[in-house]
Amino acid sequence: MNAIVNNNAAGLLGRADALATPAWAAETRAAGIAALRAHGLPTRRAEAFRYTDLAQVAQASFGENSPMGARGLGMPSLPLTRGAARLVFVDGVLRGDLSSLPPRPLSDAQALLGGLTSLPTQPIAAMNAALFEDGLFLDVPEGEDAGLVELVCVVTGARGAIGFHPRHVLRLGRRAKLTLLDTSDGAAGLAYLHNPVFEISLDEGAELAHVRIQREGRAAFHLSSVHCAIAAGATYDNFTLNAGGRLARNEIHAALNGPKAMCHMNGAQLVGDGQHADTTTVLHHAAPDCGSRQTYKTVLTGKSRGVFQGKILVSKPAQRTDGYQMNQALLLSEEAEMDSKPQLEIYADDVKCSHGATVGALDPAQLFYLRSRGIPQQAARSMLVEAFLTEATEGVGDEACRAALSEAVTAWWAQERA
Amino acid sequence: MAAVTETIEAVQSVAEGGYKWGFETDIEMEFAPKGLNEDIVRFISAKKNEPAWLLEWRLKAFALWQTMEEPDWAAVNYPKIDYQDAYYYAAPKNKQGPKSLDEVDPELLRTYDKLGIPLREQAILAGVEGAGDSPSEGRMPIAIDAVFDSVSVATSYKERLAKDGIIFCAISEAVQEHPELVRKYLGSVVPQADNYFAALNSAVFTDGSFVYIPKGVKCPMELSTYFRINAKSTGQFERTLIIADEGSKVSYLEGCTAPMRDENQLHAAVVELVLLDDATIKYSTVQNWYPGDAEGRGGIYNFVTKRAACRGARSKVSWTQVETGSAITWKYPSCILQGDDSVGEFYSVAITNNRQQADTGTKMFHIGARTKSTIVSKGISAGRGQNTYRGLVKISPKAIGARNFTQCDSLLIGDECGAHTVPYIENRCMSAKVEHEATTSRIAEDQLFYCRQRGLTQEEAVGLIVNGFCREVLKELPMEFAVEAQKLLAISLEGSVG
Amino acid sequence: MLRIEGLTAEIDGKAILRGIDLEVPSGELHAIMGPNGSGKSTLSYVLSGREGYEITGGSVTFNGVDLLAMEPEERAAAGVFLAFQYPVELPGVGNANFLRTALNAQRRHRGENEVDAMQFLKLARARMKELSMPEDMLKRGVNVGFSGGEKKRNEVLQMALLSPKLAILDETDSGLDIDALKIVSEGVNALRSPAFSALIITHYQRLLDYIVPDRVHVLMAGRIVKSGGPELALALEASGYASVAA
Repeated sequence: MNAIVNNNAAGLLGRADALATPAWAAETRAAGIAALRAHGLPTRRAEAFRYTDLAQVAQASFGENSPMGARGLGMPSLPLTRGAARLVFVDGVLRGDLSSLPPRPLSDAQALLGGLTSLPTQPIAAMNAALFEDGLFLDVPEGEDAGLVELVCVVTGARGAIGFHPRHVLRLGRRAKLTLLDTSDGAAGLAYLHNPVFEISLDEGAELAHVRIQREGRAAFHLSSVHCAIAAGATYDNFTLNAGGRLARNEIHAALNGPKAMCHMNGAQLVGDGQHADTTTVLHHAAPDCGSRQTYKTVLTGKSRGVFQGKILVSKPAQRTDGYQMNQALLLSEEAEMDSKPQLEIYADDVKCSHGATVGALDPAQLFYLRSRGIPQQAARSMLVEAFLTEATEGVGDEACRAALSEAVTAWWAQERA
Repeated sequence: MAAVTETIEAVQSVAEGGYKWGFETDIEMEFAPKGLNEDIVRFISAKKNEPAWLLEWRLKAFALWQTMEEPDWAAVNYPKIDYQDAYYYAAPKNKQGPKSLDEVDPELLRTYDKLGIPLREQAILAGVEGAGDSPSEGRMPIAIDAVFDSVSVATSYKERLAKDGIIFCAISEAVQEHPELVRKYLGSVVPQADNYFAALNSAVFTDGSFVYIPKGVKCPMELSTYFRINAKSTGQFERTLIIADEGSKVSYLEGCTAPMRDENQLHAAVVELVLLDDATIKYSTVQNWYPGDAEGRGGIYNFVTKRAACRGARSKVSWTQVETGSAITWKYPSCILQGDDSVGEFYSVAITNNRQQADTGTKMFHIGARTKSTIVSKGISAGRGQNTYRGLVKISPKAIGARNFTQCDSLLIGDECGAHTVPYIENRCMSAKVEHEATTSRIAEDQLFYCRQRGLTQEEAVGLIVNGFCREVLKELPMEFAVEAQKLLAISLEGSVG
Repeated sequence: MLRIEGLTAEIDGKAILRGIDLEVPSGELHAIMGPNGSGKSTLSYVLSGREGYEITGGSVTFNGVDLLAMEPEERAAAGVFLAFQYPVELPGVGNANFLRTALNAQRRHRGENEVDAMQFLKLARARMKELSMPEDMLKRGVNVGFSGGEKKRNEVLQMALLSPKLAILDETDSGLDIDALKIVSEGVNALRSPAFSALIITHYQRLLDYIVPDRVHVLMAGRIVKSGGPELALALEASGYASVAA
C-alpha cells in the first residue's frame, strides 16, 4: 500500500494508508485506494464533473480521522430532537451517549459493503471507500415499520478541520418501512470535509423515505453519494436539501431493478454568495412498469454557482417506463450561474419519458400582479421565492421531516434576504 | 456505360430496397496518391493553383491536426479510421475547369439528371426530385453548384446573380477571383484548430461553395450546392463560406448522395456563415448520404462542422436539417449570437434506421443583448439505430434579456434502437430565460390502428405519423425541399415496422 | 376621481395611446369600447403602472394626485384595482395567503390595522359565497389550474375584498359563460356607491346589459373618438365601429 502516488489524491491516499483497517473493511478499502490511485480526483475534463472541480478538495488538507470509538468531547448543540430513534455523530465519532438507537456495528454489514458502487467511475464513493471507518447500519426486518430514525452529523470544530467519511448501510426487508431524516450541520468558517456514502437495498415492497438536510458550515466541503437498489414494488423516496458548504455535491444513483418499483427524487438547492452546489442524479430503469419522478429547484444569490445533472437511463427490458424530471432555477443575482444537464438515454420503445429545465429570474408578470394588488416589491419578490421553494418541499409526506425542511428553508431565506 | 450503371442500380435496388441514389458514375478520374502527408496537402494546393498564403494556412492546419486526438465523447461507435488508406483528391479528368455548362462532361450531366438535380439552366423548374416530368410555371429557379468528389463541376445562374452583385461560385474559383474576401473570412468562424475534423478539413479541403451577398441585396433565387461522392476509397472535404453583408438576405440549400459500397467513406466538411447587421441566412440541408446496408456494412461517416457568426445587430440565422443518410452523423450546426438582438434557430429531423448512428444537435452562444434562440429537434430511431440529440445553450453575463427555448422530441420504433437527449444549459445572466423540454415516446398502437382502419398500410401509417411528428421542422424547409424530405422520411423508415 | 388629460404612450417606440382625455367622476361607471388593437389594454396597464410602456405626454391624476408618479403597489394602496384580462398564475403561492398579504399591505400603507387570519377567513368566506366560489379555491395556488371563469371570479373576489375606489375591468367578460357573467356582474354592481368608480373595458355590449354604465366611450387608434350614454353601446352593437369612425 506504500507505492509512490503521483496524482492529485496523494493527500487522501496518505491518510488512507495510515488507517488501521479491520478485516471486514479490508476489501472495500483496497478497492477505494486502488480507484483513487488509478484515477485521482476528477478535474473538469471528466464529463461527470465538467461543472464541479474536485481538484480543490485535493488541494485542501484535512485532519486525521478519529480513532474508532473516541469519546469525551463536549456536548454540542444538536439541531433537532423530535423523540425519534436517533444516531448521533459528533466530529466524526459515533456518540452512544447522545444516541437513542443501539448502534449495530458496521462490521455486520460486511456482506452489503461495496455492492452498489462502481468505484472507478464514482470518485466520491471511492474516496469514502478508501477512508471510511464507521457509519450507520440499519437492517429493518420483513414487514416491520421502523418509523422515523434520525441520523445527525455535527462537526463542532473541537477536533479541527477533519475529514469525515462515514459509510451508512440500510437494508429494508420485504414490505418493511422506514423514514430516515439525515441532517448534516457544522461550524461556520471551518474547512472540513464530510463525505458520507449510503448503500441502500430495498427488498420487494419495501418503502424508504429518505430526507436529507445538508446545512454544513459555509467553508466546508460536502461530497455525498447515495446508492440505492430498488426491488419489485418497492419505493425509494429521496428529498435532499442542499444548502450548506463552500462546495457541495450530492450524487444519487438509484436502480429500479424489479417490476412496479418506484423512485421519487426531489430536492432544493439554496446557494448563497461564495457557494457551489451540485446535485447529480443517475436513475436506471432496469425493469418494466416502473415509475420515477424528479423535481429539483435551485435558488441562487450573490456570487454563486448551481449545478444540476440528471440522467434517466432506460434499459431494453424496462418497457412501460414512466419517467419524469423537472429542474428549475431562479437566478436572483447578476453574479450567479446555473448549469443544467438533464439527460435521457433510452433503449426501450414503449416508454413515456420527459424532462424539462428552466433557468431565469423571477417572472416580471408575476411580480407586477402582486404589486398591482398593493404588495411592495421586496415583499412580492420574497413571496415568489418562498412559493418556488414551498413547491419543492410540500410533497414530502412525513410531517416531522416536512417541518424540518420548511424550517431550514425559511431560515436560509430570512438570512439571504436580509 | 449507362446500361452498366443501370444494371448495377437495378440489382442493388432489389437487394437494398430504399436507397435509389446508390449508383456509380463511370468516368475517367484523376487521383492524388493514397494517404495523407504534407506532400498531399501541397499537391491539392498546387492542383488548385493556390496563392502561398493559403498553402501556408493549410500546412499550419495539417500540423495542428497531427497534434490532435479524434474526439470520443459522442455516442457513436466505429472502428478506428485509417487516415492513410484513402484518397484525398479525386476529380474527373478535365484539365481546365469547365467554363460553361456546355463544356461539362455529358456523363456528369447524366449523373445529375438521374439524381434529379437540374444543372441546365433552362431545365430548372421545380423540385429537387422529378424535374422535367412535371413542368410547373412561375416557380423560382434554383441556382446550383455541383460538387463531384473533390471538385465543383458546374455552377448555374452565375451571370444572372452577378447582376445583383451576388457572388456564387466554387470556393476554389473564389480563391482566384475574390482572394480578399476569402482571406478575410476563411477560418474566421471555424478556426483551423477548432476540432479534429475541422483541422483535417482545413488541411485538405478541395472544393465547396462560396457565396457573397452584397449590402441590402435580397438574393432573387434559392442557392444550392449538391454534393456527390462517387469515387471509391475517397474522402470528401468540402468547405462552404457564405457572407451576408448588411441588410442582405439569402436562402441556401444543400443536398448530398453517394454510391452504395461496402466500405465506409469519410465526409468531413466545414461550413462557415458570416452575418453582418440586419442580414438573414436560411441554411437548409437534406442529408442523404449512403447510410450503409441493413447489417451496417458501408455508408458515409458524416463528420461535419457548421457554424454561423451573427456578428451584426439584428442578424438572423436559421439552420434546418433533415438527416436521413450516413452510417454515422456527427454534426452540430451552431450559432454565435454576438450582435445585439440577433436570432439563431435550429430545426432538425434526424432518422436512424438499421445500424445508423447519429449524434447531432446545436450550440447557441448568447453574447449580445436580447439575443434569441429556438431549438426544435425531432429524433426518430428505428431498427438498431442510435439517435442522440446533444446541444449547448450558453448565456454570457452580457446577454441581458436573452431567451432560449428548446424542444427535443424522440420517437422510437421497435425495441432494438436507442434515443438519447443530452442538453447542456449554462446560464450566467440573471435576466436571461432558458426553457428546455424533452419527451420520448413511441407510435401508439391506437394511432396505427386508427390509420389502418381508415385503409392505410402499416408503413403508410408510420410514414404519416412520422411526418406529423416532424411537421414543425419540415415546415421550415423551402417548399420543394419539404416535399422531397417527406418522401425521404418514408423511404428511410422502410422495413422498420413489421 | 380619475382625470386623464392628453395621455400619450408607446411600446418599443410605437405609439399606442395618441392623446386620451377622459374624466371619471366619483360614483360613476364608464365603459370603454373599441376594436382590437385600439389601445384598451394599454390604457389599463398604463393606469396601473406596468413596466414596458413609455408615457410620452399628458397627465393622469387620481383624486388630485399624480398617478403616473406612483409605484404599482402605491396605486393599489391608493385604491386603483386592475382586474386582469389574463390573470397571472402564481404556483406555490396560496390564494388565501396572497389575498391576506395584499389586503394587509394596503391597510398598512393607509395606516389601518391589519386583519388577522381569523378575521380574514371570515371576510373571504362571505365574499366567496356571494360569488359562488368553492372554498377550496382559497387553498389552491393563485389562479393555478383555475378555469377561465374561475380566474375571472377570483379577480372579482379580490376586488370585493380590497374594496378599491377605482376598478379597471380589462375585458373581464371574455371567456365567461352566461352564468359566470351574471355572477361577476353582480359582484361589480354590489360595489356601486358614491365613492366607487369603474372603468369597464370591453369588446361587446353583452356585459353592459348587466353592468349598466353611466357613460360609454369609443376608443379607436389610441384616441377616444366618441362618447355618449348607454345607448351608444347599443348603436355600436347594431352598426359596428366603422360607422363611428366615419
